[in-house]
Amino acid sequence: MSRPQADEALTLSLLRVDRFPHIWCSGCGHGIVLSALVRALAIRIEAKELDPKDVVVVSGIGCAARAAGYLNFDGVHTTHGRAIAFATGIKLARPELKVIVITGDGDLAAIGGNHFIHAARRNIGLAVVCFNNSIYGMTSGQYSPMTPRKAKATTAPYGHIEKPFDLCELALACGGTYVARGAAYFAAKLTDYVLGGLDHRGFAFIEAVSQCPTYFGRRNRMSGAGDMLRWQKENAVSLDRATAFTPEELSGKFRVGVFRDVNEPEYTEEYGRIMELARHKAAGEGK
Amino acid sequence: MPRGTDRPVLMQGNEACARGALAAGVRFFAGYPITPSSEIAEILAEVLPGVGGRFIQMEDEIASMAAVIGASLAGVKSMTATSGPGFSLMQENIGYAAMAEIPCLIVQVQRAGPSTGLPTSPAQGDVMQARWGTHGDHPAVVMAPSSVRETFDLTVECVNWSERLRLPVILLTDEVVAHMRENVTLPGPGELAVYERPRPELPPGDPAFLPYKPGPDEVPPMASFGCGYRYHVTGLHHDQRGYPIHEGHEAGELTRRLCRKVERRRSELERVEWIGPGGARGPQPPPGWPPAGRPATVVVSYGSTARGAEAACELAREDGREVALLRLVTLWPFPDAALAKAAELAGGSGEILVVEMNLGQVFLEVIRVAAGRTAVRHFGRVDGELITPEEIAAVIPRSRGTR
Repeated sequence: MSRPQADEALTLSLLRVDRFPHIWCSGCGHGIVLSALVRALAIRIEAKELDPKDVVVVSGIGCAARAAGYLNFDGVHTTHGRAIAFATGIKLARPELKVIVITGDGDLAAIGGNHFIHAARRNIGLAVVCFNNSIYGMTSGQYSPMTPRKAKATTAPYGHIEKPFDLCELALACGGTYVARGAAYFAAKLTDYVLGGLDHRGFAFIEAVSQCPTYFGRRNRMSGAGDMLRWQKENAVSLDRATAFTPEELSGKFRVGVFRDVNEPEYTEEYGRIMELARHKAAGEGK
Repeated sequence: MPRGTDRPVLMQGNEACARGALAAGVRFFAGYPITPSSEIAEILAEVLPGVGGRFIQMEDEIASMAAVIGASLAGVKSMTATSGPGFSLMQENIGYAAMAEIPCLIVQVQRAGPSTGLPTSPAQGDVMQARWGTHGDHPAVVMAPSSVRETFDLTVECVNWSERLRLPVILLTDEVVAHMRENVTLPGPGELAVYERPRPELPPGDPAFLPYKPGPDEVPPMASFGCGYRYHVTGLHHDQRGYPIHEGHEAGELTRRLCRKVERRRSELERVEWIGPGGARGPQPPPGWPPAGRPATVVVSYGSTARGAEAACELAREDGREVALLRLVTLWPFPDAALAKAAELAGGSGEILVVEMNLGQVFLEVIRVAAGRTAVRHFGRVDGELITPEEIAAVIPRSRGTR
């Protein structure tokens, strides 16, 4: 299957190249994830299915969140954990906008966990892309809600004792209507998942497994980005293959694919109905 | 459209606030239930969708403040309403709005704290938090109404200032003003000055467009998201392009400009009301007051407490004491000019008596402005009970040093 690809000049025009070099360390997976996102946007923009002026990128705080500053759209780099809440205000105020949230695992699942579950529950039309590198990179290597058990972090010097979230299962449990997981190693596939999220009307969640060689790999016996990408390749299990795995066999691995893609009433469309109702009521009272 | 009233209508402060917001053009509300502010949310949940506006109850006050900022970026006049605990949660994002220059209104209906405190009992303990609650040097515009009608007027004014100056503005009311019912007549749409945020003159896509280039009043015109300007907003210190910058002159200049845009408007922002003998009211001290040779007291108060203070002044006058009330309408920027005048009038033989429902917050600012020119005393309560006129009258001195 040949994969669609947008014109390179158009794709590049979606990046603020004057902001480069970016802040990410060498070997970081975030550039790959960002490029998957840019490619997906370029495909829809080239096909005139999306107007760049209608795209808003919202991010929180952390390494991933800096991606918003590299994208050539209206963008807001918000406070730590709150990107989804800012995005909710933007989307509700102007439902015609395509609002994309860029977040990291700490930003989304720790400090921002409350907003994540409620946005999924509301099924508000945001496309949330989580760059999950299982660590706090910007603050130099503390454990996140995605750090695996036994892994080392600066704040888990004896090995981590907490169980991480499965972010996709969390999104599903909260009512997210498009849920997918990919990985930096499978960059092209990741673009497909983002495309699915961009096309979705309700709450879309795309988890992108990324790597942090500087703060996760170094401390956890992975010598560099190559090792970590190899780990992604060897431990990703597609959803159809995963059905044949026992929970024990899946332990330490991660499932990739589209977990859910269904249409359910989207929040701002539902609110539009409320506005219609209230307008009629107000007009009736005015008579 | 929300209309004015052609005859007096009995309403509470919170309702006047909601109606003022609608009259000022607010079309977005995000909030979280908290007493004694919830009526504002309830009224707007009902009215906003019928006038093309939108309401959302968020998962907490942090999210509420975030959604308000998001909606404002999308070009809609936006607000929230809360009380002490919720106001504490909003602080980080209020700072964000100050830094990124996002217009919005925060209504803070004070109740007694700290912590959960005395829900639904009045207090004025959040005066300093309204000024300094978020971290870092930043500007603040905070107004405190004393009546239902003034709640309406100041809500409009706060929205106007937030839009004109591009900053979060706080309406600091209290439980008594919020829940008290008074007969009011409200102005209609044509009878109110309503301001919009400055808009860029350059069209979208013009390479000369700089989203954070200040205008002559130090306020950068603001483009709405979704209009083609495609610009970046951050809570980091930033240059005129909106891009993050590091420490140095440009960073310091940004912080200074944020504060200057309020400082240069001080004379318009600093609002007070003097209430002199015979109930004479005005922005200036009563002419000829105090009579020469009569040691005089200036009572300084604000919000619901000022109502009791006004009655107390009458009681004290009947008793032959020389007293005037200086009611603060604006709390921040602090009305230095009026307080300097008060210190001068009270002078060495008189005093300023600050009456507020806290242990001394406006008091500290009055001491600063008085700078030793007159004695400054404080009278407060923090038990969730209103201060009565009799209690205040009892501490207004007969002459300096005696009671």
